Parts: sequence; structure tokens; C-alpha cells
Amino acid sequence: MNETKTKKLNGAEVTLECLKREGVEIIFGYPGGSAIPLFDALYDSNMKVVLSRHEQGATHMADGYARQTGKVGVALVTSGPGATNTFTGIYTALMDSIPIVVLTAQTTTPNLGKDAFQECDTSGMTFAAVKHSYLVKKSNDLPRVLKEAFHVARTGRPGPVLIDLPKDVLAGVCTASFSDEMDLPGYKIPTYADTSAVEQTAELLKTSKKPLLLVGHGAMISNASRQVKELAEKLNAPVTSTLLGLGVFPADHELSLGMLGMHGTVYANKAVLDCDLIFSIGSRFDDRITGKLDEFCKNAKIIHLDIDPAEQGKVLQPDVFLCGDVKLVLEQLLPMVTRLDSSDWVKTVQTWKKRYPLTYPKQGGLRMQHVIHTLCELTKGKAILNVDVGQHQMWAAQFFRANYPRQLHNSGGAGTMGFGFPSSIGASFGNTTGWPVCCIAGDGGFQMTLSELATAAIHKLPIKIFVLDNKYLGMVRQWQDMFYDKRYSSVDLVGNPDFVKLAEAYGIPGLRLKRSADAERIIQKALDYNDGPILIHCECEKEDNVFPMIPAGAPITSMITETPKTKLEKPTGST
Amino acid sequence: MNPIQERAHSISLMVANRPGVLVRISLVFSRRGYNIDSLVVSPTLDPNFSRMNIVARGNPTILEQIIKQLEKLVDVVQAKDHTNMNVVEKELALIKVKCSPEQRTEMLQLCDHFKAVTVDMTETSMIIQITGNTDKIDAMKSLSQKFEIIEYIRTGKVIMLRGEDKT
Ligand SMILES: Cc1ncc(C[n+]2csc(CCOP(=O)(O)OP(=O)(O)O)c2C)c(N)n1
Ligand SMILES: [Mg+2]
Repeated sequence: MNETKTKKLNGAEVTLECLKREGVEIIFGYPGGSAIPLFDALYDSNMKVVLSRHEQGATHMADGYARQTGKVGVALVTSGPGATNTFTGIYTALMDSIPIVVLTAQTTTPNLGKDAFQECDTSGMTFAAVKHSYLVKKSNDLPRVLKEAFHVARTGRPGPVLIDLPKDVLAGVCTASFSDEMDLPGYKIPTYADTSAVEQTAELLKTSKKPLLLVGHGAMISNASRQVKELAEKLNAPVTSTLLGLGVFPADHELSLGMLGMHGTVYANKAVLDCDLIFSIGSRFDDRITGKLDEFCKNAKIIHLDIDPAEQGKVLQPDVFLCGDVKLVLEQLLPMVTRLDSSDWVKTVQTWKKRYPLTYPKQGGLRMQHVIHTLCELTKGKAILNVDVGQHQMWAAQFFRANYPRQLHNSGGAGTMGFGFPSSIGASFGNTTGWPVCCIAGDGGFQMTLSELATAAIHKLPIKIFVLDNKYLGMVRQWQDMFYDKRYSSVDLVGNPDFVKLAEAYGIPGLRLKRSADAERIIQKALDYNDGPILIHCECEKEDNVFPMIPAGAPITSMITETPKTKLEKPTGST
Repeated sequence: MNPIQERAHSISLMVANRPGVLVRISLVFSRRGYNIDSLVVSPTLDPNFSRMNIVARGNPTILEQIIKQLEKLVDVVQAKDHTNMNVVEKELALIKVKCSPEQRTEMLQLCDHFKAVTVDMTETSMIIQITGNTDKIDAMKSLSQKFEIIEYIRTGKVIMLRGEDKT
């Protein structure tokens, strides 16, 4: 189709054409009355449409697809309850800066504000959960709005953009040109940082004998793995990572300290305590990593690199703030830095790595740690993991050694249970690595979105679904165990289904794993299976706790490495 | 709270003239439990944009973060805190007081002092219009209390940078 159209297209057809022009190849959706015009346009289009079983699922799929590919994920749902069901997914994407565009259908424009059937003030309800949003009132606005939406979603600090589409706007004729220009006078995209800030950074770095690089999701989004590695090696500086930054810097690199923070490694947290300079590269000093803020890096210089100017001083005041795209700014900085006088420091840190390795007990029943560790061994770390939220998530972060960016997908900022499985479906559609996509979910979180088993089955997606079943809302139980006198309140998941039978009901084969000794054989069997999804029901030790642990709101020095003998104070930090 | 910490800040914004922009802006405040003391929205020379002037009080570091979050909104072209800057700040107030014919002279003297004008007068009441900075209006209001104030309304503060440069 060229710029000047001959046939008159309606709003839905124009929307679809705009999506194609944005490079969209796949839409995750769920239809309904108001959305019918769009689904009708999809009927004879070559756009791939994946019908989810719940709109939350569709949104997490779009999110998983975006995390895997770096492209914008698209979800399409109907008005009213269809739209409200997407909110968890939109908020999850916002918290982790994931580019998705959510198209929600709406009642007709004359009906707006009249409590019409399935009318919902979708844009009003989502203002706080989107990067930007639109309520389109005229069909002719569609080409511009769609162009803007994708641009805003994918650039700068990415995020979810919602477009609310009244049914008459979709059904009406659109005569606007596809070349209509964007109109975003208030939207700025930082690129390079101020030269003076970069020079200051180089100067500060020079004075450091105990530097530490802290890598966050921003480095992943910017595809800056190479630059991060070059910087670490050039400086001779150890590297720690946030949950979402894992994989940017190879876990197996000798300078890697793995994850820091609440359930981070002892050596990463010791390095945070002891460093004389911390350089945050695309991380936002989340409370999960800083612990008690007043004591975080109290005596260290702080350099903060972020594309979002509002991150400056949001949590703590850095000595230097670099505003810009991670990759571009590191390229500015790299020619200005040389090897630091840090060999003693690196030696110290490496001794800690040897002295305080991540371990888990080998006795007792099957451990989640063992499942993850075995999966990592058998795949040689070449797998994509979409992880849910809970104890299994922290163990996945600890025991799956991510050496590549975009191989560990976590709901970090939101901690959304139910994210793992649908996001693995999105990742599977976007996966071009040839590696297996594995969903790592707890028995609790898996049950929040397991209806998508049908979606995985229909599309024969080669996903290895690990249900790590401890018959508990394990992470909450751990807190009640450690801080609330073992008063287990509403954490017992008695009533869990037989997950193998459940999978079979969807036509998905299931494997049962109960003993550590069988782990290798059964996981290998799952990896070898090549006819669509397979579920591995891992019946794990019920009352295992995740360590190391820094209680929420406590300083890093109060790190606990094993189940304490005495009762601990209730944490002062949030959740 | 320390009164210095809680002083009023005058914030001016240039925003794209789109529905929803006001909600997005107020959410930045309400999310942090911050109140907006006054808010003025007005057209600019360019019909595509509106000017907003907001007065809010609170912890200066949180307000600084609020300004950055405002600036981050896609529809916000510019957000600036003009507190302590060289700006002209004005607001207008209408004060309706009970005022008998015997009291009029005193009331009019008061108006005279504040360069206020009467814009409505009846046997029993009077509406006074006063413009100026916040302190002046506060003073006028407090002195008018001698008469019974029936009602009172202010426009909220408008701000303009002194000199040739744009606000
Ligand atoms: C939607 C949602 N509801 C509640 C929580 C709080 N929460 C965090 S972890 C957790 C327990 C998760 O249990 P499970 O999925 O079985 O994983 P486990 O911790 O046992 O490995 C809960 C309830 C959450 N993060 N998300
Ligand atoms: Mg569990």
C-alpha cells in the first residue's frame, strides 16, 4: 500500500496497516463486542494473532515478547472487563520499562460517559500505570497516534502505551495519510551525556582503588553488554548486577559478582559495603538492592548513569549523574579511562567469592536450587528462563548462571505472580536463539495464569514448564517463619491440583520429579522432547528458605546466611 | 513540619493542549500525597499549548522530584520551579463582605490602602476586588475580617519571568 490510498479504509484497517508499518508481526489478544471491527480486519490479514485465555495473559505475552526481542509487544483487547484485565500486565511493564502497546477497544464516542455496556474509563483508570496513553476520538487521528505510541513505547526509557479505541472510530472511514507526522513537542529522548559529566566520571574513577560496577536493566535495554564488559576489563573493576541486569555481564566472568541486594550473593553485598566507588549503569537503586538507604555505600563515591532524568536524586544523591543512553554514554567514557590501581581489591573480592559461595543443602528432599542448577548444567546455560515470583525466582537468579543478555526474564519492579508462564509464551514466539524457553514457576504463581496452557498447546510452543511445587506460598511462608514466629497464615496451598494430570487435560505431556537423584534424567527428558510444550511437576522440599537474606529495610551488614536460631525483629522495610 | 521546609513553591508548566494532561499532572502530586494549593490553566499565544501555574508546598527534595516527574510527562514541554526567581507573581481575589452604609467609609479606606476596588455594592454587602501578590491579598483578607466575610475566592497565582526572556 502506498502513501496515497485508493480504496477507502476504515479505522480498524488503518490501525492494522499502521501496526504493520511499525514492524509488528504478532498480536496477543482477546476479542469482544467493541473490538470486533479490529478482529474483523484481522480475519483476512496475514498478521499473526495469538488468542490468549485471559487478557492479563495477553499483556504478559506481549511483555515477554518485548523482553525477548527488544521490539514492541502488542496486546489487543475489548472494552470494559477486557481492558481492566490488562492492568496488571500494563503495570508490570511500566515497573520494568518494557515497551508494549496495548490496544483497548471502547464503546462508541457518543456513548462515552453514559455508562454504556462495557464502557470503562480505561485511560482514566490507567494514567498512573502507563508511560503515555491515548483516547482516540477521530478516525483520522489514527495514523499519527499509532506512530506516536510506538515511538514513545520504544524510545528513551521504554514503557507501556495504551490506545483506547472507540468502536465508531474503528468502524469509521479514515482518510488521513500514513505519513502524518508525529506531534510530540514535550517528548525528549536523551542520548549522549554532558561532556563535563563524563569528564567528571573519568576523574572520579581515576581516584578509585576499590571500584564496583552495578549493572541494571538499562544496560540490557540499551544492548550495551559489550561496552559494559569493555569498561569492567579496562578498569579492572568487579561487576554486580540487579535482578533485571543479570546476563548483561557474563556470570562466569572472573570479575562477576552476580546479584546484589536482598537475596544477592555475600560477596556482591560485601563489595557494596567495602567499595570506595559505585558506578550504577542503568539501575535505579531500588530498595531491594540498597537495603537501609542511609547506610548504602555511605563512604563511597556514587556515579549514576540513567536515561531517565527523573532518576537523578530520586533515591539517593550521586556525586555525578550521567543522563543518557547507556551504550552511547559508555562509548563516550571508554576512551577516557585506563586501568585502575585495583588489583588488591579484585584479589580481596575473589577471596570472598571462594569463601562464601552460593550453596544449598544436599540432604533432604528435592530442592528448587537443585532443579535450577541441573537445568543450567544440562543446557550449558543456553536457555531462556521466564521466571515467576517467589522463592523459586530468587533461586533461579542465584543458580542459573546467565552469561547472555535477554535470557532471564523476571517481573522485577512489580513482582507479579502469574507473570512467568504467559511471558514465556511471548518469549517463545519471539525466540530466535534456538535455545529452549523454560518457564520457572511456583505452585502459587502458576495457578494464577495456568489457563494459558491451552495457548501453549494450540501453538505447540516448545516451552519447558517447570512447576516448582513446595505446596506453599513459599516466599511469604519464609517471612512468617523468620519474622512472625512461624505463624503460617494463609500460605498453605492445600488443594493444589496434580499438575501432571492438569497438563494432560490440555494435551500437554507431564513429567514428575520427586527425588534429587532423578533430576538430571527427567530434566534431560524434558529438554529432549520436541513436540510442543511439556510440564515438569517438581515436588520440592516444603520448608526451604532462601539465603543469603537482608531483611527489608535493614542495612547490608545485617545479612543472614542461614536459618537463625533465634527470632528476628520484624522487617522495617516494605514487603 | 518545619515552616521553611513547607514553604509554597510556584511552578510553571508549558503543556500540550490535550485532554488528560491535567489528570496526569495532578497524579504526580497526589501519588505522593501532595496537595495543590492553587492551579491556573490558561491559553498561550499558540493555541496548541497551555500554560499552567501551580502552587504547592512540601519538602523541597520531593518537590524537586515532582518537577522532574512533571517534565517527564510526554505532554509536558517544560516544568520549572520559579520560587526565589526574578518573577512577577500576581493573583486576584474577590471578597464579599457584609457592610452596612455606616461601615462603608471604613471599608473604602481599607480598599484604598490596598489599591482594591469595589465591584459590587448593595445596602448590606460589598464585593471587593484586589490584585497583587499572595501576602498582600492575605493581609487584605485578614483585615476584612473585621467586617463579616460572606465568601471569598482567589484565582491562584500567575507567574511571569521579568525581563525579555520567556518564563
Ligand atoms: C499477584 C501477586 N499476589 C501476591 C504476591 C505476594 N507474593 C510474593 S511471593 C508469594 C508466594 C509465591 O508462591 P509460589 O508461587 O508458590 O512460589 P514460592 O515462593 O513457593 O517459590 C506471594 C504470595 C505477589 N507477588 N503477586
Ligand atoms: Mg510455592
